Formats: sequence, C-alpha cells, structure tokens
Amino acid sequence: MKPFITVEIFYALIGAMFALIAVRSALDRRHGKRWGTALFWGLLATTYLLGKVLPPRVVGYLVLGMVALAALRQVQRADDKTPSRAEREASAERLGNRLFWPALLVPLTAVVGTLLLRFLPGDYFEWLELKQATLIVLGCGALLATAVALRTTGAPAISPAVEGSRLLQAIGWALILPQMLAALGGIFATAGVGKVVADLVTQALPTQIPFVAVAAYCGGMLLFTMCMGNAFAAFAVITGGIGLPLIVQQHHGNPAIMAGLGMLAGYCGTLMTPMAANFNVVPAMLLDLKDKNAVVKAQVPIALAIFTANLLIMYLAVYRF
Amino acid sequence: MIKLIGILVVAVGFALRFNTLLVVMAAGIVTGLVSGMSFNEIMELFGKYFVENRYMTLPIVLMVPLIGLLERHGLQERAETLIRRTKSATAGRVILLYTAVRQMAIAIGIRIGGHAEAVRPLIAPMAEAAAHAQHGELPEKTVQAIRAHAAAGENVGNFFGEDVFIAVGAILLMRGFFDALGLNVSVWGMALWGIPTALVAFGVMVWRMRVLDRRIAREAAEPREVATGEGAK
Repeated sequence: MKPFITVEIFYALIGAMFALIAVRSALDRRHGKRWGTALFWGLLATTYLLGKVLPPRVVGYLVLGMVALAALRQVQRADDKTPSRAEREASAERLGNRLFWPALLVPLTAVVGTLLLRFLPGDYFEWLELKQATLIVLGCGALLATAVALRTTGAPAISPAVEGSRLLQAIGWALILPQMLAALGGIFATAGVGKVVADLVTQALPTQIPFVAVAAYCGGMLLFTMCMGNAFAAFAVITGGIGLPLIVQQHHGNPAIMAGLGMLAGYCGTLMTPMAANFNVVPAMLLDLKDKNAVVKAQVPIALAIFTANLLIMYLAVYRF
Repeated sequence: MIKLIGILVVAVGFALRFNTLLVVMAAGIVTGLVSGMSFNEIMELFGKYFVENRYMTLPIVLMVPLIGLLERHGLQERAETLIRRTKSATAGRVILLYTAVRQMAIAIGIRIGGHAEAVRPLIAPMAEAAAHAQHGELPEKTVQAIRAHAAAGENVGNFFGEDVFIAVGAILLMRGFFDALGLNVSVWGMALWGIPTALVAFGVMVWRMRVLDRRIAREAAEPREVATGEGAK
C-alpha cells in the first residue's frame, strides 16, 4: 500500500505559496523589480510543484535561472504594509496569552506525534511515510496551529498566506541557499574532493603518534565540514580517509567512540561556516540581522571551546575503552 | 589537487562578497568541469540535489504563515510583556533556558523549537525584552548581538543533544557507514559517548551567556544617541 500522507503534499502546499508570491509580485505595480521577482518565485514554485516529474537536468537549468536573477539583483521584497507597534501592542493587550496557544501547539504536536509514532505497532505506519515522519508531524502541527490562530485572531483566511509571503520575501533568494549548498556538496562528493583532502592530511602529518591521529581526524572533520557546510557529507569521506586507517587500523582505537565524537567535531565546523546556510545564514535573515554572518561570529568561540574539549575526550577515551 | 579549486572559488567569492548563490553555483560548475563532467551533467546534478533537498526549506516555509499572522497580532509584544514581569530574567538566562530545554528534549528524541518555530517569534524577542527591562533602551548593535546569540543557542542545543538519542539521523548514518564496510559497531557506544561533549557544550553556553549579559550591560552604559521607534524594538 502506498503511504497515504507523504511529504509531497507539503511540497505542493509550499509550491502553491511560492506561486502566490509570484502572482502577487507580478500584479504589484509599485514593485520596483516586479517581473524579475515574479519569475524567481515562479521558477521556485515549479521546482516544488513539479520537482518529481521534471527531469533533473531541466530543474538544473531552472535553478541556473534563479541564480542568474538573484545575481543580477532582480529579486526584491515588496513594500508591504505592516501594522504599527502601537496597533500590535493594542492587539497583544486584547488577546493576551491566547496568542501563545497556537505557537505552543506546534511543539505540543511534535511531542504527541513523536510519542504516538513510537508506541503504535508497525502496521499503523502504512498510511504515513515514516522516513519523513518528523517533517510530516511538524507540517501537521503547523497547519493545525495556523487554523487555531485564525480562530483566535479572527483574521481573514487569506491572512496566513499573505503574512507568510511577506516573511519569505524578507528572506528572499537566501531561502534556496541550503539546497544549493547541498548540491555543491553532492558535486564535491561525486568529483572526489574528500579523497584529495584526506590524502593531503595523511601525507602532511606524523600520524604514527596516536594523539596526532586523533587531532588529524577531528581537525579533518572540522575543516571539511566547514568547506561542505554539512557534517554528514564530511563524515564518510574523513572517517574513510583518516579515521579508519589511522585511529582504528593503525592504533586500534574504538570505532564507536571515534565515530560518535568525530561527528560532534564536525558539528563544531557547522557552527563556524556560512556554508551551513540553513543553520547560520537563513536564521540571520529571519532575525533581520544586518550582518549575514552575525550568527557564525557569535558561534566561533562556542565552537572552538567545544571542539577542544571534544578532541581531548576522544583522545582520552578512544584508545582506552 | 586541481579538484580543490571549488573550495578556492567559494573562499574567494565569499571574501569578495559576490552574490552567494552565484559563488556556490560557480564553484559547483568549475569543480564539475575540472573533474571531466559536461555542463549538462553538472546541471543534472544540481537539479537532482535541489529536488532531493527540498525538505530543508520545509520547516521555515510551513511556519512563516503562522508566525507572520501571530506577529501581526502582537505575539512578540506579548512575549515582551511577560518577560518584563519576571524580575530575574536576563537575555543570557532566557537563551540558556531555551538551549537547555532544546537539548534535553532532542536527547530523548523529541524535536521542539527551531529558528522559525521558536527563536524568531519567542526566544529572541523575550531575550531582547529582558535586556531592555534591565538596562533601558539598547544600542542597535547590542540588539543584533542578542538575536545572533539566540540563534546560536538554538544551534548548540540542537546539535549537541541530538547524538545522545540512538534513533536519530546522525547515528543511523554512522551505523550505515560501518555496515557498508562490514564492521559491527555498537550504536549505544556512539550515543553514550556523546554525553560528555553534550555536557561540555552546555557549560560553554553558560559561559558565553554570562559574557553576553556583561556585554549588554557594558554597551547599554556607553554614552550614545538614544535609539527610537522600530530600531529599539
């Protein structure tokens, strides 16, 4: 039986929202770059609505079009009116803590949904695509919460789409940056970039010393994650190229400890790179930060401190247990 | 060695502040070309990975309609009112409490919070309001620093709690890696050895949030032109 709820439903919903932004931009006569902006969101809508149907090469050229529009500064946010602070304060006064309920409903649905999934017997899963369970639970929670929010605020039904498109336009082209970086990571992997990095590290360092092997592995995870923007992509390359041959085979370290802590070393890299756009750059846009790298800068001291401790923990544990 | 040219393109492109999307795509195209792929093959890879990774934008795009609607009706202002009544609240403590909850929840496999779900609508405004209640009007750079640290609290809580739970993507990925090599590696070992670093990560957050609170106090005391209106939000 085919899964009843798949993540494709949510992709279609999102695609419809991007299409709405495209149409609204095209109809907006005051918009400085209405056609470029409309085309960008229209192309993005196409990749979400028809992503599974179109051949990958066609999607690739659509992506190229979006990149060109962004690079030529043809994608801009609309000049939407938002209520003044005084109006929002009056509304906050009127609605009080009822404003929190929809926002709290999302984590609540996540808790209940996750627990239900864990305790239901396997047969019940057939109507739900389990791989994507977290995303689906989040999506259902968001829809439910939006419905409750509409009731609480008494806003018109189109309001969520309008407000959502306003915030998405504030993020702008940075919204597709995470996907682009994932694609770059894929191309690096296909081209064998990681192998080159691993070979360089093993040739350059005296890895017969156990501590150097650990430092090379953790450092490799950190640096390669910073290049790829993704610790998962770095893991296979650096563990295969440095970790297994040096720590496990040469020095007989414990592979479970090596892998677990190696991944955490990679996460320290994720904290320090603008390449991890969905964690570092998109949130900066979402929080209206002037400096797109402000989140990375705040995280550098945190990451370096955790990395050092993690390296020492690995050195003390990996050859002993 | 020539294959590393993509990394160079990214570094130079970021340094010269070219459009990030353009830099990323150029790096991919150059790397593909020097590795012997045709332009069409490179476009095919971009298309394939772009579609496969559509899930990355899903949480944000699904949350913004709700967040936008609630914000329009005063969610941030209400959060600020609440936090002003809590006398002991500081920006650092608000963020730290959130990091603790985030980290513990994800360590038992429950994903709550997120940048769009919690940081923008609740945590950042509450942290700002706590600092505002303590120190009065804040300079814009201080407000920006508080927001950036709220995002950092989310990331640290998320990353360093996650690996303690065995059914999480990272652990399954590592297990898949070892399975493919025919090595039998215990998932429990990987998960349990994540705990010391998880504790260290939280300790580091405690330190950084103290630094943040001290920085807010210092910057708020500096003589300056008082920010007004939207800038002081």
